Amino acid sequence: MMNGAINNVGDNIRKRRADGQKIVGILPVYVPEELVYAAGMFPVGCWGGSASISKAAKYFPPFACSIMQIVMEFAENGVYKDLSAFLLSAPCDTLKCVNQDLLTACPDQKVIPIIYPQNSKPEYSVRYTMSELAKVKAKLEEIAGEKITAEKINDAIQVYNENRLAMQEFYQVAAEKPGCITARQRHIVAKSSYFMDKAEHARAVRELSQRLREEPAAAWTGRKVMLAGIISEPAGVLDILDELNMYVVADELAHEARQFRTLVPEGIDQMERLARHYQNMDSCSLIYDPHKSRADLIAEHAKRNGADGVIYYQMKFCDPEEFDYPWIKKACDEVNIPILNIEVDQTTLSLEQVRTRMQAFDETFS
Amino acid sequence: MMDESTNKMSSKELLGMLQTQYYADLAVAREQGRKVAWASSIVPQEILETMDVAVCYPENHAAAIAAKGAAMPYIDRAEALGYSNDICSYARINLAYADILKNDTKNEVVNIPRPDFVVCVNNICSVLIKWYECLAKFWNVPYILIDVPYNYDGAVTQDRVDYIKEQLKDFIRQLEEICGKKFDYDKFTRVMKISNRTAHAWSRAMAYAAMKPSPMDGFNMFNYMSMMVCLRGKESSYHLYEAIEREMEAFVAQNKSQYRGEQKYRLMWDGIACWPYLRHNYKTLYKNGIIMVASNYPKTWALTYDVNDMDDMARVYAGIGNNCCVETQAKNRKEILLENKVDGIVYHINRSCKIMDFAQPEVRRKVYEDTHIPYITFDGDQSDPKNFSEAQFETRVQGLVENMDQLNG
Ligand code: SF4
Ligand code: SF4
Repeated sequence: MMNGAINNVGDNIRKRRADGQKIVGILPVYVPEELVYAAGMFPVGCWGGSASISKAAKYFPPFACSIMQIVMEFAENGVYKDLSAFLLSAPCDTLKCVNQDLLTACPDQKVIPIIYPQNSKPEYSVRYTMSELAKVKAKLEEIAGEKITAEKINDAIQVYNENRLAMQEFYQVAAEKPGCITARQRHIVAKSSYFMDKAEHARAVRELSQRLREEPAAAWTGRKVMLAGIISEPAGVLDILDELNMYVVADELAHEARQFRTLVPEGIDQMERLARHYQNMDSCSLIYDPHKSRADLIAEHAKRNGADGVIYYQMKFCDPEEFDYPWIKKACDEVNIPILNIEVDQTTLSLEQVRTRMQAFDETFS
Repeated sequence: MMDESTNKMSSKELLGMLQTQYYADLAVAREQGRKVAWASSIVPQEILETMDVAVCYPENHAAAIAAKGAAMPYIDRAEALGYSNDICSYARINLAYADILKNDTKNEVVNIPRPDFVVCVNNICSVLIKWYECLAKFWNVPYILIDVPYNYDGAVTQDRVDYIKEQLKDFIRQLEEICGKKFDYDKFTRVMKISNRTAHAWSRAMAYAAMKPSPMDGFNMFNYMSMMVCLRGKESSYHLYEAIEREMEAFVAQNKSQYRGEQKYRLMWDGIACWPYLRHNYKTLYKNGIIMVASNYPKTWALTYDVNDMDDMARVYAGIGNNCCVETQAKNRKEILLENKVDGIVYHINRSCKIMDFAQPEVRRKVYEDTHIPYITFDGDQSDPKNFSEAQFETRVQGLVENMDQLNG
């Protein structure tokens, strides 16, 4: 089912459209997706994909990250024509520009930005976030043609928190049973959440966790690794992990674990809850992190999950991640966890070089 | 410092003296009991100046290193430290500089002292936030971030102003703690007045380039602007810009110009200078009778606001071109083009600067649609000498000349 959701995004969207539902594209990394859900619209993830770049050159020189190159390529090719709007933030310079480029490339879609505060901890920042959220809500209401009530937001938060909890549980079960699932399968479980109804996805994930729990634990003789970075695509890299007998015990990918690790807190005012959700997020390359706590978190997390090594997926040309790497390496060195930095982008066709480097990395353990 | 003798100095001499003095002051700041900050280039320096903090500007410092042709050892060192070659070269040079300053006993370029704290405003890019995280962690010092949200809709809305103002208050509180003294609001007013006077003088000085023919050679703006970055809040800098004004007045009276050739074409330079190749760029343009009369870049520091109006100050610091939507950026350029009677534009596709480069195609398109002023782009880098080709630049400039000739019939 999860595979199906990923492979049939277009059909799914068209079917929903035919049923009268509106679709909203959700760009990386954090946006208040709950509001889209509460408005009865269907959120669908726009984290690039596989495509070769040609028309995106109208917006970007070659040194922009592949996710956004592909987003713009898709935009120019009409891939997003069934969407009513895009919801996106601007934590990096590339996304600021994508905010603008989509206005030109997709005149039929509304572009709804949310500019989160980087100084996210002080109380006055929560007030500011709430004001941004109110603007987003009003724009979504205009598209949906109806008010988004507090009750509906509350329900949506519940669905999303359930989904996050289901994913947390899945990560835990999968970590406890090395070998029970392939690296690609693990990725698909997270990725499918971008293309399925979140309630349905949570149910499927719970069932999967249950099945895994019931399976007898096999003895694992390979290595255990943790993945870090923005996104573990192209997924071919994951197949190399499987080939090399490397099992993913944890990740902190922006596209995967970072999405699920923080719950929307309890509270009375629903919009404030959404604002505090962002306030509570931490240790991310895209949120001000003056102590580089992300580096420590990765090292600790790897240690806690018994990882033999960390694989850092450096998204080519993603500067927020490039600035973190030396510190992540330092933190991993301090706890004696080897780290491999592989530079990838979604358009990479040949993975031979990556394979060679992974093999060499694997050999360092023996 | 400013007396009879400095009054007689040319602007070039005065600039040289101020630069030397600025670095000399930094060198002794700590001994004099002053705190040292490393700050991003468009920080509300008024607040730091009021607290008598000695402020180093890593962007400016990196540009100075690059302009001297000395960037490569830093660039190599940054790579050895694990920083990707794709990162903004100002950041790479500075992070390497920090490492040298801390770890090397033999260091020939010590000209900014280590920081007691770092302060960053992300009004020109988000890269700064990450770069300063690295600095704060590296030096193990407090990090003050004043976050100015991206103005996707052009205006700095009141909710953003309120958020920024709260941060400015926090900034003052943190400074009081770091410096161990109270913030002097009367002095603050004085510094704001000086800063505004400087910014006005800077604008007036730059405006001479709008005359046709121009008494000012626009490339000099790239040099003059360094003190706008470093000394905006000090009286000495408005003396400089007022001296430039006087000089320009005299040139106009004598029908002279800093640009010695025939001013056949008037150019706008879009983006940061290519510091390692400044001379080459200048010569190439000069050979073709092109005078640079405008640039969006130096203009960025012409920051004026109502003194003592924190709302206005917040709006000005948050409303920097790079932090605004493409529509606003295109509008700003169209104004510059018109004011300065520009014949052609050179857009620097600066390998270092994503925020400028990625906004540029849309800005370029909008500007061209409305003005039909011919333009060229070239691939360069503000401070990494590896990312520039002299031949490409020369060919493109040749192309621009042909286009401008065609238009002029
Ligand atoms: S630069 Fe990095 S954070 Fe920004 S859009 Fe690209 S991958 Fe995402
Ligand atoms: S050159 Fe560009 S990326 Fe680098 S600090 Fe300046 S604005 Fe930021």
